[in-house]
Amino acid sequence: MTGVRQVSVVEDILSANDQLAAANRERFDASGVFAINVMASPGAGKTSLIERTIQALGEELRIGAVDGDIASTVDADRFAALNVPAVQINTGGACHLDAVMLQGALPQLDLGEIDLLIIENVGNLVCPAAFDLGAHRSVLIASVPEGDDKPYKYPPMYRGVHALVLNKIDVLAAFDFDIDYFRRGAEALNPGLAFLPVSCKTGEGLDGWLTWLRGEVAANVSGNPRPRG
Amino acid sequence: MHELSITQSLLDVALRHAEKAEAQRITRLNLVIGELASIVDESVQFCWDLVSKGTMAEGAELSFERVPGRLRCTGCGREFALGGREYVCPDCGQRQVVAVGGDDFRLESIEIE
Repeated sequence: MTGVRQVSVVEDILSANDQLAAANRERFDASGVFAINVMASPGAGKTSLIERTIQALGEELRIGAVDGDIASTVDADRFAALNVPAVQINTGGACHLDAVMLQGALPQLDLGEIDLLIIENVGNLVCPAAFDLGAHRSVLIASVPEGDDKPYKYPPMYRGVHALVLNKIDVLAAFDFDIDYFRRGAEALNPGLAFLPVSCKTGEGLDGWLTWLRGEVAANVSGNPRPRG
Repeated sequence: MHELSITQSLLDVALRHAEKAEAQRITRLNLVIGELASIVDESVQFCWDLVSKGTMAEGAELSFERVPGRLRCTGCGREFALGGREYVCPDCGQRQVVAVGGDDFRLESIEIE
């Protein structure tokens, strides 16, 4: 064998991650778990929205939480204080969760006792978009103080998510934030995504978010009946 | 800095295909990366030297084919490049536009000896 040969590959660079993500998803489906991947830049309100969600839906759904952070267990402790099973993943510097990290954390949860698994990704507006975790839905939280131009500056994050929550709408007036401009940019990149403005502080708009989430959980349960026994 | 894990995945894909082809050495990787995939060429190159060291891909050249992000006007159908402060059709001025390309993120081919 001599000389240079060209070999066709045509394979997604993250195919290994995607395969593991598919395995995670199968595991969720087998246990009747509906999983969401919550992404945002630091300070947008991921933990606050998840706390609000646990408080509102904790009676009707059995909720579990996985929290990804570079260090500390601050957020997982906040979820555990609400009496939901919570696992912390410290990424040790990595800027995102990937399917392997999630796979490693799952044995710490009793999936048979969970209806809705909320995965809080590492706070970052660049990296997490590339890594499928195996969640059924991905949610991006933006917040008013970040500015209305983010869909134009960070387009990849707005691709592929199912819902876009705009948090901190209680301070809209103070930030000169043009909601229509923001929404147009996001919808150009991702037609058909659910756009859900909220304020975790005042509670405004949370009904819309909870209605969307309830609907997604219900649609999944009817589509993938929980195994008997 | 997610390029390190991405570059590791890239190496794994390349090695798997090279071994299947019974290669001795990988000399070049031809990548196709869309503008809507958040990857920085320079960072991948930097990580590449690190992760490929000691493998049959050490010293292989990385070739990046960049695919621009594309938007399409839902009114007149015109396609144009992603960018700018506002996503507006340059022909009809309509703001109802949708992204139609630039998500590519694949290893197209490798060159082996």
